[in-house]
This record gives sequence, C-alpha cells and structure tokens, in this order.
Amino acid sequence: MVAACTPRTHEPLFRDTLREAGINQYFFDMANIREHCSWVHSKQKEEATEKAKDIVRMSVARTINLEPLKEFELPVNKAALVVGGGVAGMNAALGLAGQGFEVHLVEKAKDLGGMARRIQTTLEGLDVQDYLQDLIRRVYQHPLVHVYHEATITDVSGYVGSFVTTVQAEGQVTIIQHGAAILATGADEHRPTEYLYGVDERVWTQLELEERISRKDEGLARARSLVMIQCVGCRQEGRDYCARVCCSQAVKNALSLKALNPELDIYVLYRDMRTYGFKEDYYLKAADQGVRFVRFTPSAKPEVEAARDEEEKPVLRVTVPDPILGQRLAIDAHFLVLSAAAAPAAGSPDVARLFKVPVNPDGFFQEAHVKLRPVDFAADGVFMCGSSHYPKHLSEAVSQAYGAAGRAATLLSQDTVTASGSVCTVAESTCISCGACVAACSYGAIHWRKTPGGDKAEVNPVLCKGDGLCCAKCPTSAIVLRHYTNEEVLNQIDAALFEAPSGAGEQAHAKQEVGS
Amino acid sequence: MCTGRVDLAFVLRAFQKGATGVIIAGCWLGECHYVTEGNYDALNMMHLCKKLLEHAGVRPERLRLEWVGASEGIRFAEVMNDFANTLRELGPLGAAEGATPDHLASRLAALARLVPYIKLAKREKLALRLKSPEEYLQLYATDEVAALIRDVVSYYVEPELCQACMICLRRCPADAIAGGKNLIHVVDQDKCIKCGTCFDVCPPRFGAVRKISGAPVPPPLPEEARVVVRKGKGARRE
Ligand SMILES: Cc1cc2nc3c(=O)[nH]c(=O)nc-3n(C[C@H](O)[C@H](O)[C@H](O)COP(=O)(O)OP(=O)(O)OC[C@H]3O[C@@H](n4cnc5c(N)ncnc54)[C@H](O)[C@@H]3O)c2cc1C
Ligand code: SF4
Ligand code: SF4
Repeated sequence: MVAACTPRTHEPLFRDTLREAGINQYFFDMANIREHCSWVHSKQKEEATEKAKDIVRMSVARTINLEPLKEFELPVNKAALVVGGGVAGMNAALGLAGQGFEVHLVEKAKDLGGMARRIQTTLEGLDVQDYLQDLIRRVYQHPLVHVYHEATITDVSGYVGSFVTTVQAEGQVTIIQHGAAILATGADEHRPTEYLYGVDERVWTQLELEERISRKDEGLARARSLVMIQCVGCRQEGRDYCARVCCSQAVKNALSLKALNPELDIYVLYRDMRTYGFKEDYYLKAADQGVRFVRFTPSAKPEVEAARDEEEKPVLRVTVPDPILGQRLAIDAHFLVLSAAAAPAAGSPDVARLFKVPVNPDGFFQEAHVKLRPVDFAADGVFMCGSSHYPKHLSEAVSQAYGAAGRAATLLSQDTVTASGSVCTVAESTCISCGACVAACSYGAIHWRKTPGGDKAEVNPVLCKGDGLCCAKCPTSAIVLRHYTNEEVLNQIDAALFEAPSGAGEQAHAKQEVGS
Repeated sequence: MCTGRVDLAFVLRAFQKGATGVIIAGCWLGECHYVTEGNYDALNMMHLCKKLLEHAGVRPERLRLEWVGASEGIRFAEVMNDFANTLRELGPLGAAEGATPDHLASRLAALARLVPYIKLAKREKLALRLKSPEEYLQLYATDEVAALIRDVVSYYVEPELCQACMICLRRCPADAIAGGKNLIHVVDQDKCIKCGTCFDVCPPRFGAVRKISGAPVPPPLPEEARVVVRKGKGARRE
C-alpha cells in the first residue's frame, strides 16, 4: 500500500514493479493523500494530517481483502476501421496504413473530404483545396486503405482487439473484422433560424460567403458594405459552447474580401474575438485594414430588418448598441454574413450508440480524460479525432488524427491485449436467478448458464467493463466485482469511521471519490 | 468507481457506524464517460435510501447525492462546505433525531439486514430509468417503505411437515438452513435473507416451508428434537 499521489498516473508503475518482483499486481492499493488531502487542505495542517491518517487507514482496511487476480490475453486483429472520410479520418487512415496496418475507411457521403470541401484557404493562406486533392489521391492510391462510399454502419459487436462491424455500402454488405476503431464523423454547420437567414437571400453563412469569395462573386466585388455577426447559434442556451473556428474564419473571410474589394466596409459584430494563439496577428491585420469590430452582449443582440437607404436602394439595416459609443449603431449593409456554429455531425449519435461510446451534453464525443487520454474513448480500442470531438481548425484536426493513429497503432502493433482482472464473477450457489444483474448491465456481459440448480447468471469477462452496477442491484451479493468487492468497500467505510465514537467527529463522512 | 456501484448497504453501514452524514458525488447526469449512466441508478438508490433512513428515525438530509464533474474543483469545495454546514446544524448522529446513537445504530442494523429483501422486493423500481431527476422525487412514498418493512416476510420450516429431503438446504443462497439427512431443517432467521427460494423449491407434496408475514416466527426446534425416524411410508418425529 502506497500513500502518495493520484493512482491515475503512478498506479501502473507500482503495479509493474510488483509484477517484476513476481507478486500479483492486484495486491496493491494507493492512498491518494496529495490530491485528496494535502493539496486541498494546505492551510489546515493539523486536520489534514488527521484526514491523511483516515485515508491511509481506509486503504489498509481495503488491502486486507485484496485478492490476486488473473488478467487474460485477448488476440488483436491487425486491421483498423476509420469512420468518416474527412480530413481527420483520411489522415488517421494514412497514418495507420503508412505503418503497415490495413485500414477500412467508411464514408457516409459519395465523396471523401467532408467539411474541407467547402473551405478554400486557411487563415494563414494555405490552399485547402490543393491539400485536399492530394490527400484524397494518396488515400485512394494506398494499397492498404479500403474506402467505402455512401456507407452506413449497421452493426458493431466484439471488443478491443476483435471488433466485427457490418457496413452497408453502395448496395453491398461487408463484414469487417478489426482490432481498433477511430471515429472521425466531423461537425456540421448549424443552420441559423435568426437574422432573416433563409428568408432574405442577402443573408449567408460564413461557408456560403467563402464559396462566393472563391468564385469572385460579382455582387461582392461591387458591394459597399457587409456585416458579419459572430456566435450565431452558440454560446447561448441550448448550444452553450464556443464553436472555436468561426472567429478565425470571419477574420480570414474579411481579409479575403478586402483583397477582392478594398472599398468594402466590413463590420464584425462580436461578443469576444477568439482568434487565439498567433491567429491574433490576423485580427490586428484586419483592424489595420479598416475592418470594424463592434462588440455586443447577449442581452442586446443585433437586430436586422430589410430597409431602404437614402438613395432608396434596398439594404439590410443592422442595429446594435455599441458599448463604447454608448449609442445604438445602425449599419446599412448589402450583405449579412452569419458565423453559424459548428454543430455535432448528424451521423455522430448513431455511431456513438453502435460503438457504445459517450457524447457530451453538447453532442460531441467525450474523451476518457482531457489531459491523460485526450484521443481515447473510455471504451478500450476506440479512438477519436477531428471536429467530432469539438470544433477545431484543419491543422488541429490533422494533428489530432496523427495522435489517434498513434494510439491505435500502439494497440495494433501488439499480438495480444491484456484485459483487466477487475471484472465481475458470480458465486453460483448464491445466485437466485432474479435477473437484476442482467438488466443492469449495459454491455450485455451477463448471460444465463444452465446448471442443475436452475439457470444461473454468468459473466463474460471480456465484455465486462467492471463498473459494478450489477453488484449494487444483486440481492444476495452473488455477483462480485473483483478488486472492488462489498467486503473491500465495507472495510473502508468501517475504517473511515473507526475513531468516531457514536457519532462524534465532523470528518465522519464516508466519501465517494469524485468522478470515476 | 461509478456512483451506480454504491450499494444501499454501504450507506446504511456508514450511518450504523455513526457517520454524521454521507455524500455521494459523481458525474453529472448525461455526462457519463461510459454508456452505462449509472448515476441514474445512484439517484434511484438514494431516494429509496432516504425513505429508509427516515423510517429508521435518521434525518434524510444526512444523505446527499451531488453531481460534480472531474474539473469542477470549486464546485466540489462549495458542495462539501455547504454539506458540512448542514451537518454542523444537525449535529452528530442522534442529536437532531432526539435519539441515542445506540438506538439508531440498532435500528439501522435491523434495516441493513433487510437489504437483500428490499432489493428483491423493489427490484423493478430500482431498475427504472426515469427521464429527469425530478421524476425520482416521487418514486418511493413514505407509506410504501413503511409497509415494506411492516409486512416483511419470514420463512419457517414446519417441523411436522419437513421430510429432511435437503432440497431447500442445498438451494438456500445464504446457507441459512440447518439440517441433514435425517434432521428436520431449521431456518436460521439471522442468516436468512428472505429470498423465498426454500418456499419455491420445497416439493409441493410436502409443503413444509411456510411464509409468515407480520407475525412472529415460532422458535426453532431444540437440536435434540430434530431427528426424523422413518417408519414405512410416512415419517414422523421421534
Ligand atoms: C462552419 C465551419 C467553418 C469552418 N471554418 C474553418 C476555417 O476557416 N479554417 C479551418 O482551418 N477550419 C475550419 N473549420 C474546421 C474544419 O472544417 C475541420 O477542422 C475539419 O474539416 C475537420 O475534419 P473532420 O474530418 O474531423 O470532419 P469533417 O470534415 O466534418 O468530416 C467528417 C466526415 O465524416 C463523414 N461522416 C459523418 N457521419 C458519418 C457516419 N455515421 N458514417 C460514415 N461517415 C460519416 C462525413 O460525411 C464527413 O465526410 C470549419 C468548420 C465548420 C463547421
Ligand atoms: S442479481 Fe444476483 S441473484 Fe440475481 S441473477 Fe444476478 S447474480 Fe443471481
Ligand atoms: S428464504 Fe432464502 S435465504 Fe431464507 S432460508 Fe429460504 S432459501 Fe435461505
């Protein structure tokens, strides 16, 4: 038993040491007296010491019941499945294929490319279409990458190392066996419902503007005034996140517009300009070139109406309180461009459900740990990259794709993968066949086994993820989560309350660890 | 550990040992890192547990379930301080209840022994997944829990009818049945978890297991009077 810091980072190390010494690695427990004690109570030294003792005592009480557990080896199929043929999915596929792994790339649309098909340049001036064409060509030419177009995944079964996925593509059903999966289903542009979008044809989204700029739209070349509104459909009730790419995209498009038509007056109505990192330079450049940035608050959003200017020409009249002038501005614009949020792809929830992986409340894929496992799902063998995780720029999507490919390659380069020994088992003689555990299991890991004493619950250790929900439901404690057994936990509770004589003691709370 | 792993028995044990309060903290509803969403199970269990605590004479505010994400350090501190204040007002276990801690501990111990029975009787409700946290508020009624405890069943083997066939003895998951080949079987009421298996498996032609609800269980037969003497077809007690 080691009393130190979080088991998150160091437990594997200590376990390895035990293994090397020939001791079963499950004979180990870590008492976290750093994050759980000294760091949070740095100003209450006396009490913190008492609490540290409690934590240590609890850990010791738990170790009394620890059992040696056996881990088992699962075979690893060397192929990977990548879902989504956008920039992220293609880079991940090439990353893996480049290391000699066979890759099945499944794309819902007719063509590869995803959102990048609609983006002409990056803020830094790189030609996205050139890059994309080259990327697509490399994907098609690589002998180890198999592309499925107009594809739908209809079924996923199996587990880390040996998944079986059914793909329906162009009228054909293919059953793919693979050891790892990378989900890169991307993001969509939210369709605004406000500011006359879809009602007045002079109102566009940034992507629509970008397409017009690239074909040097006549109207734009002649226009005198254009307004952009930021944060449309995000950072508000219902979609409460920053879509991250729109500020840079607005600055990029503003600069391209200035190049196309230097006479054009551009107003960017923003809440906060989030051109982060070195992208800030382009914001300054835009300001230097006369692009006007006007701040607004969510409680006083801009208003838009179709109107006529002094010359009786039709305009879009945008009014907004300017907090610096302390007055309401009225801008007559020829075009209005909305920075519509990037929203989770319509295809993401289905894929998440099939692979039994979670999405966060905003609908983006949820990583296992923001810092320690940023491209892993909590479910083993499934990884993520690109804007299906959260909106990000192309360069970031590419970096993350390399990361995901690297993580998948770590798994695929092994012949076997070790499954945790901390899974459930059923004491057959105690099981009364009530089925409570079967209903509680989200992974279908518990099935019935015929015995002379009737059907008894039995756990498939490969499917069991060790969450222990079944244990809390089992009336007879027949089903046991190894390494977190009732006895182990009850011992900890007893140890926590050891000193409290009949209910004294402020510190006498049995505490659950936060998170999981 | 998922909040859904927290067993009714864990919470009761903490109070039995004199805990001033118990807080269960875990991921927000809808933010499960897996697909299990065990926090809904925790919510369900917590509401049942509050009613049980109330029944045992313990103030239900002593049990709290809070959603705190892994990155919400400040919220965690606020929640803990707030809960600590609540507990300070309530005082140690028994103070706000107007009962001695020993009295409460014995009531809680009695409840803890019923956990298997409660889990079995409320199996369907405990498995329910409701949409919003508010819906769980009404899931368990005070009367319902009182009736559950009042009507608690016991299983008793009728000495006159028992044929000492060992079927129930073998099937009892709690090893609660004493007996042998020619020994009349006796249920150890302290060990029995009231699952009813013996009642179900006792051959109908014997019908020796009786289900008793709301009445005292007859005392067990003295050890020396348990031998069965078999004569001809029937069997009688000596
Ligand atoms: C409105 C908007 C503006 C942007 N502007 C810029 C910009 O100016 N500069 C910049 O650098 N970046 C910009 N980005 C970000 C850029 O688009 C992304 O970084 C990049 O396209 C992400 O690539 P991806 O592969 O993750 O996703 P995507 O390009 O969205 O590709 C996902 C692919 O997965 C497929 N798919 C989805 N569901 C399924 C399924 N169930 N089965 C199979 N296939 C599926 C889709 O058809 C698609 O081909 C913008 C994004 C948005 C939304
Ligand atoms: S919950 Fe327990 S008793 Fe019921 S079937 Fe599962 S293991 Fe058996
Ligand atoms: S009710 Fe269940 S636990 Fe009690 S004696 Fe019968 S079989 Fe055993």
